[in-house]
Amino acid sequence: MVYLDNAATTAVSTESADAARSAMLECWGNPSSGHSFGINAERLLKESRSIIARAIGARDEEIFFTSGGTEANNLAILGCARSARKKNGHIIVSAVEHPSVLGAARRLKDEGFELTEIAPDRYGRISVQSVADALTDRTVLVSVMLANNELGSVMPIREISRLLKRKSPDTLLHCDAVQAFGKMNFSVSSLGCQLLSVSGHKIHAPKGIGALYISRDIKKPLPLSFGGEQQQRIRPGTEPLPNIAAFAAAVRNLSCDSTDIAALSSYAKERLTELGCTINSPDDASPYIINFSTGCIKSETILNFLSSKDICVSSGSACSKGKLSHVLTATGMEHHLADSAIRISFCKDNTKEDIDILCTAVGEALGSLVRFR
Amino acid sequence: MREIILIKLGEIVLKGLNRNSFEAVLKKNVKSALKSLGGCDAKVMQSAMYVTIPEGGDADQYAEAISKVFGIVAYTRACECEKNIEEMQKAAVSYLADQLEDASTFKVETKRSDKKFPMTSPEISAQVGGYILEKFPHLKVDVHKPEMTVRVEVRENSAYVHGNQLHGAGGLPVGTGGRAGIMISGGIDSPVAAWMMAKRGVELTAVHFASPPYTSERAEQKVIDLLGAVSDWAGVIKLHIVPFTELQEAIRDNSPEDMFTITMRRLMIKITERIAAKDGCLAMISGESLGQVASQTLPALFCTDDAANMPILRPLIGMDKDEIIRISRKIGTFDISVQPFEDCCTVFTPRHPRTRPTIDMARDAEAMIPNEEELIEKAIADVRKVWISPNR
Repeated sequence: MVYLDNAATTAVSTESADAARSAMLECWGNPSSGHSFGINAERLLKESRSIIARAIGARDEEIFFTSGGTEANNLAILGCARSARKKNGHIIVSAVEHPSVLGAARRLKDEGFELTEIAPDRYGRISVQSVADALTDRTVLVSVMLANNELGSVMPIREISRLLKRKSPDTLLHCDAVQAFGKMNFSVSSLGCQLLSVSGHKIHAPKGIGALYISRDIKKPLPLSFGGEQQQRIRPGTEPLPNIAAFAAAVRNLSCDSTDIAALSSYAKERLTELGCTINSPDDASPYIINFSTGCIKSETILNFLSSKDICVSSGSACSKGKLSHVLTATGMEHHLADSAIRISFCKDNTKEDIDILCTAVGEALGSLVRFR
Repeated sequence: MREIILIKLGEIVLKGLNRNSFEAVLKKNVKSALKSLGGCDAKVMQSAMYVTIPEGGDADQYAEAISKVFGIVAYTRACECEKNIEEMQKAAVSYLADQLEDASTFKVETKRSDKKFPMTSPEISAQVGGYILEKFPHLKVDVHKPEMTVRVEVRENSAYVHGNQLHGAGGLPVGTGGRAGIMISGGIDSPVAAWMMAKRGVELTAVHFASPPYTSERAEQKVIDLLGAVSDWAGVIKLHIVPFTELQEAIRDNSPEDMFTITMRRLMIKITERIAAKDGCLAMISGESLGQVASQTLPALFCTDDAANMPILRPLIGMDKDEIIRISRKIGTFDISVQPFEDCCTVFTPRHPRTRPTIDMARDAEAMIPNEEELIEKAIADVRKVWISPNR
């Protein structure tokens, strides 16, 4: 199998699986228990939290484990906007955010907040100027992702945080870094955001674990669920230690050196261009994601064709089977390109040979499949 | 307390000399529907079938399974008790406690087929009714329009106390109406058509056309899931998945665009007919409803039927979409049908299909495919078979 869908999910690494196994079979106590068995579990929890915190340059008490990226994004947006309690509060998001950000923001709109969705350029990027134009004195929260999940486009988070500091220091900045974590070098201080979401299963940890960074300098978000004392009551519930330990093991394994991936990425772009495909991702995108279009074969058709040859790619994002992508629609891309778009996404295990197999198959598809009119 | 389910046979009782064979099939179907729940003992007496639930069997699940067996017009759950009046009284108030609690009026009806029993039917009714009134003082007797009818039956071996009667699935037992081949897509209509013919006693052979890579693996799984729901009612279904891509490409390359769909339907019918004939079918079934889309106008149906030798049954032909949807919700296929996977790629759909084709046009369009017979043979040779069994 040639797996080129790492932005959808990744294979769990042996180290990560081992950590989960040992937390399930050996260190399975409740971290809140008073006995030493529970205290051992708490120790593992703290160690794990610390590893995640260090990876993004945060303090341990600023890391809150969630069930994944979706919950982290929901908690950041719903929790912080509701905690701001401002009359006529205003929220700004980019139109190409993940559905877990857009969905939460639209929920707030139903609750009476004003919502601005910033349109991206042709390559899915938003400009600092467009954020500046949208800002009002009622803006409580801006949420912009670091790397887009469909195009790989990188957003100017640092510049947006500078703008907010200057023009609207009380406005919070949330950054969905799910597709960037472990793939780009950044820290919460270099980005200047107060909230940041990461997810485990995009970096070889299992599904079901993510984390939200909440700066200790801001008013705490209102929780979405209620229960015990865990995680400062912001995200109560007995901590899923196997998942957390596995997440930490995956983070420990990260190398943020993306030189090899960058070389692989430019090789793939070159080969695809030779075949007559259009590259939809911008040149300065994350090298881990390439979005391209054949311009003549429907995305689903070519996806099925590649799948029959054991090559895994994605049409748009895996979260929206069969629906036209809201990201590609927002970029204003021509219809024949949006309708034939394919996303490939890499991890450190991919090789040049994978790209060769993909390109041979795409060439074959272009030669044999029925084109749309 | 032993529970039984009393099944009232439907049309079967009108079957004259064939009645015995209809009853035997129904008995077999009831037994197979209940097999995975722990089996049962079933006996036919007069125009009813008595199903005894074994010790430890879940009566709710038994009743649910029986509600999906065709050939049953109504059924009642009952409890068996000793043939003396005190036992019957006690059984009535304990077995029917929930229903009696919810009702405000009731009556008792007694049937005494054991004429040796010392009390008459009206006497039994009066005794049981009096006891119920004593235990449920909120109830009133209403012999004309009661909310709840308590039935007491005194037979040779035991007495039975029945609650309200429930509607059965109706129709005729599957297996008494021969076999037919259903052309199944992933849509709303074809599973309903399959269900309707199964209701009339027909056993099903299913044929699905897949066009990978223009259709996805998920579309095939969807058809399997749909037939799984249908097979809860229709019993085991043998599904044939026909690789149709090469034929679709040949149509697209050779036939006039406005005749794509008609030509495709003609080829589907030819293939289904051959598969169906091999499987012992005497008819094909399709989910068409008159005028719903371009290929379902009367002239279009006339042209597609021209390609068939077997009769094509179209149980939905006179139904509106909302009537079809109502049935699909009832039989549990609607939610599967509306999952958003394309089952036939739009690259093969003509922009302006012909709604009034003639036989000559249809035959000419098909004749333009140079190697039709060869492609049909190949498609049939490459059929993949999947056995679909009830989910229950």
